[in-house]
Amino acid sequence: MPQVTLSVNGATHTVEVEGRTLLVELLREKLRLTGTHVGCDTSQCGACVVHMDGESVKACTVLAVASQGANITTIEGLAAADGTLHPMQEAFREYHALQCGFCTPGMVMSAVDLVQKNPQGLSEPEIREGLEGNLCRCTGYHNIVKAIAAAQDVMHGRRETLATAAE
Amino acid sequence: MYDFAYHKPSSVADAVKLLAADPDAKAVSGGHTLIPALKHRLNKPTSLVDLSGIAEMKGIRREGNAIVIGALTKHEAVATSAEVKAAIPVLAFVAKHIGDTQVRNRGTLGGSVANNDPAADYPAAVLGLGATVHTSKRKVAADEFFLGMFTTALEADEILTAISFPIPEKAGYAKMRNPASRYVMAGAFVSKGPMGVRVAINGAGPCVFRQAAMEAALSANWSADAVAAIMQDADGLNSDIHGSAEYRAHLVTVMAKRAVLAAG
Repeated sequence: MPQVTLSVNGATHTVEVEGRTLLVELLREKLRLTGTHVGCDTSQCGACVVHMDGESVKACTVLAVASQGANITTIEGLAAADGTLHPMQEAFREYHALQCGFCTPGMVMSAVDLVQKNPQGLSEPEIREGLEGNLCRCTGYHNIVKAIAAAQDVMHGRRETLATAAE
Repeated sequence: MYDFAYHKPSSVADAVKLLAADPDAKAVSGGHTLIPALKHRLNKPTSLVDLSGIAEMKGIRREGNAIVIGALTKHEAVATSAEVKAAIPVLAFVAKHIGDTQVRNRGTLGGSVANNDPAADYPAAVLGLGATVHTSKRKVAADEFFLGMFTTALEADEILTAISFPIPEKAGYAKMRNPASRYVMAGAFVSKGPMGVRVAINGAGPCVFRQAAMEAALSANWSADAVAAIMQDADGLNSDIHGSAEYRAHLVTVMAKRAVLAAG
């Protein structure tokens, strides 16, 4: 059986997989990191988004064997070791950017990648377009967009603390 | 998904050997077409040959009056390439509008073109610019490359390694996306340059094709008005739950007009 060695949230793992094992299966079933969700399993919904070598990818459409040597970050790896939330997680909480929460891990991971790639700042339509690969079936997009708009100011150092929803 | 053996060669020569050794082997890079097909068991390869470790198939470079893009180049890399944006901005536009961010972070130029999905974007750019497809064996003109639905001139043990896009004087692309799937219902890629005036239509038929009447009209008069009255024959176009052949034929003219306007 093929072996894969990869780094997940800073820890190195060597895992036995089948050729057909998906990255999301490796994460959820072998490493028990169940924060990464499987929604559609057809690379449309984005619930399974993780970062692979700094790029957001849909882990349901990446073979585990293809992640040999890769650096993976999942939703479990975003917060600081002391539990301090990442500004994007904090913003999702502050702006109530979730309803059932199923799409949330993928939304947060996509949002972090989107904001990191756009240091110039994103307008509301740009945020909406940037989320094209993530579906929320509660249709809670409005607050998700607000959360991302607020988080980008903290991530790019334009504000020290998150703008509150009341502001 | 059925299981398969997995190989990751580091040279084109080794990849060709692996493909030649197993008639049921499949080449894969980003996997954003193949993996969904494997999940549906539409395909049952005994081995996968992962091309993504082959350095010679990577990178974007200018060679004379052409931009040469390695087959493994991801859509997002083409979309954001300063080299591509400066020489053929419409090619960056095409790449930027494929799928979504996560698809663009994995999907590759070579994979899209070798797969030749009727609703894919890149084949329109390849045919519409009169590009040259480089393979492990030869160089193939775009006009000879796309043979039919999901069918190209590539042989079973032949690998698409790069594509050379001649830099046009002007070029534009417009597409109508299905509102749910976002796949192309009909698209038009128009260009004027070293390869003459070319109009490539994707999404509408089973395979990307050139629209000769529009090419003639634009050769005489490069303007949206020149193509406005040219109706695409609906015969042979795709007809499905997303749209009839007649609707797609209508879209061809509309997209061609928009593409000419975008080209300027």
